[in-house]
Amino acid sequence: MEKFTTITGVAAPMPMINVDTDMIIPKQFLKTIKRTGLGVNLFDEMRYDDDGNEIPDFVLNKPQYRNAEILIAGENFGCGSSREHAPWAIKDFGIRCVIAPSFADIFYNNCFKNGILPIALPQEQVDALMNDAGKGENARITVDLEAQTVTTSDGESFPFEVDAFKKHCLLEGLDDIALTLEKQASIQSYESRIAVERPWV
Amino acid sequence: MSPKTLYDKIWDAHVAHEADDGTTLLYIDRHLVHEVTSPQAFEGLRLASRKVHAPDKTIAVPDHNVPTTEGRDVFIENEESRIQVEALDTNAREFGLHYYPVTDIRQGIVHIVGPEQGWTLPGMTVVCGDSHTATHGAFGALAHGIGTSEVEHVLATQTLIQTKSKNMKVEITGKLAPGVTAKDITLAVIGKIGTAGGTGYVIEYCGEAIRDLSMEGRMTVCNMAIEGGARAGLIAPDETTFDYVKGRPHAPKGAQWEAALTWWKTLKSDDDAHWDKVVTLKGEDIAPVVTWGTSPEDVLPITASVPAPEDFTGGKVDAARRSLEYMGLKPGTPLSEVAIDTVFIGSCTNGRIEDLRAAAAILKGRKIKEGIRAMVVPGSGLVRAQAEEEGLADIFTEAGFEWRLAGCSMCLAMNPDQLAPGERCAATSNRNFEGRQGRGGRTHLLSPAMAAAAAVTGHLTDVRELM
Repeated sequence: MEKFTTITGVAAPMPMINVDTDMIIPKQFLKTIKRTGLGVNLFDEMRYDDDGNEIPDFVLNKPQYRNAEILIAGENFGCGSSREHAPWAIKDFGIRCVIAPSFADIFYNNCFKNGILPIALPQEQVDALMNDAGKGENARITVDLEAQTVTTSDGESFPFEVDAFKKHCLLEGLDDIALTLEKQASIQSYESRIAVERPWV
Repeated sequence: MSPKTLYDKIWDAHVAHEADDGTTLLYIDRHLVHEVTSPQAFEGLRLASRKVHAPDKTIAVPDHNVPTTEGRDVFIENEESRIQVEALDTNAREFGLHYYPVTDIRQGIVHIVGPEQGWTLPGMTVVCGDSHTATHGAFGALAHGIGTSEVEHVLATQTLIQTKSKNMKVEITGKLAPGVTAKDITLAVIGKIGTAGGTGYVIEYCGEAIRDLSMEGRMTVCNMAIEGGARAGLIAPDETTFDYVKGRPHAPKGAQWEAALTWWKTLKSDDDAHWDKVVTLKGEDIAPVVTWGTSPEDVLPITASVPAPEDFTGGKVDAARRSLEYMGLKPGTPLSEVAIDTVFIGSCTNGRIEDLRAAAAILKGRKIKEGIRAMVVPGSGLVRAQAEEEGLADIFTEAGFEWRLAGCSMCLAMNPDQLAPGERCAATSNRNFEGRQGRGGRTHLLSPAMAAAAAVTGHLTDVRELM
């Protein structure tokens, strides 16, 4: 997995609430058997018209946000299905960090598996970042995972919370399957115990 | 010992390893796999030369993008869908999983097949790369959706790295009124708590109205816990649960059944257990409901009218404005006057035998309104066979419904069953998101009986008028 340490980049403002995974990546793009190549279809139905032409008003189609690395969004971002295609599409587009007042649970977890940092901040702070992002490509926001801070282009800084284990994996770019396999003995001892206690499982 | 909730008890029974910081390896008893969210996970295993840790606890079935028309066992026309179904076939056989291909009558929606075959049992942990895994919580199993990376993690280790959720109790007191079903309960709860109301929680549903539900109804309730944002939904197992499970192909037998039953009977929240949040609804206050917008929280009784954006606050004002525009609805319009083009009965929410019975009871001796496209997609081949045996299939086809083969179908429209732009559908499924049933398609979520009533009249209808 790609490491996440610090990024400074353009943030795209997307103030909608309840952005669901069907919006992030519609189902017709779930038929792939690969993890890559979905960036072009990120937010497909909001981004392109029926003929496949870009809709100029959509935030990621605007010149100043085409290379956004951070997305500022409304509450309950990523609700809906468990499709990991959603973070795959976000990552493939080039966005490494999503900041919102709240996230849906499965989407939030999926981000960490793909080198994306989701940050939940209080509404007022998200509003401040949304304003900052609205200034366009000159408003570059800095996200520092080690220090757990988000800093606006004006230098205003907000601390954020992140699970210590998830932070560690993201900073080091660790493969958590390999980490779990180091605990193989615990898993096998659990299985031996359950084979006696609950043999029907 | 401190008092525990049902969730606490299942959690404690599955801790395979706990680190100092509380990060837990939770053991997974059943892993359900379908064709859309698993190919990359199997590919990951191969690339790392890893095996499936417990193929005996892994069950594979294609459901999301299989066509629901005859001939699909011979050839699936859509190339990408075919490749995914073929990949699942290869992976299931190569890794030695339990497998129900489309040629098997037991094939169906993964969340209907699991319980039907007795794979899902009380007190288990059940995961699947699908958010509606919450369905299995109806058995008192801790069940939730995971992403593909976690699918790969479970395949390789039979565990998940987890942190514990908070406990939320949702109590539905008293009795339901006639015409009100499990679907109305679960939608009413989401309407009350909102789609983020359950975020960070595992919900336990309890109360007389929940106890009175069949297993099918309980599965409908738990299925949509995810639409309320919860990690999982749970219902404590009782005699209704045990009666349903007993005799299923993979349920324990003989002495093991007795041992299992003894443990299962301990699986309930202690009276003085701590709840981080409690929500109570009166059963008699719940009406047959429909959704008007593009979020499952946009729930109103069928007797209500389309709301105005100004009825809301905060970010919901803009969201409601966008929803109404997308849905093509004017504030103040009675919901019962909203005309529909399509009716879809099926999905992991409402594709079980009881759902088909409820819809057929309304359709018996009636015809659907001319010009309406209506389809029933049974949740599994076995549900389909049973419905045919009970004469339900005849009622549906005589009324004018298409009688399909099992699959997810128009719930997410990955197969050919889709809405055209602007088409409006009364659907028994679980999501009314923009584009969910096809680009530009408009979805109203409701119960199977309400869907049948809409098919008859051609508009959203209070089913109680046809009872």
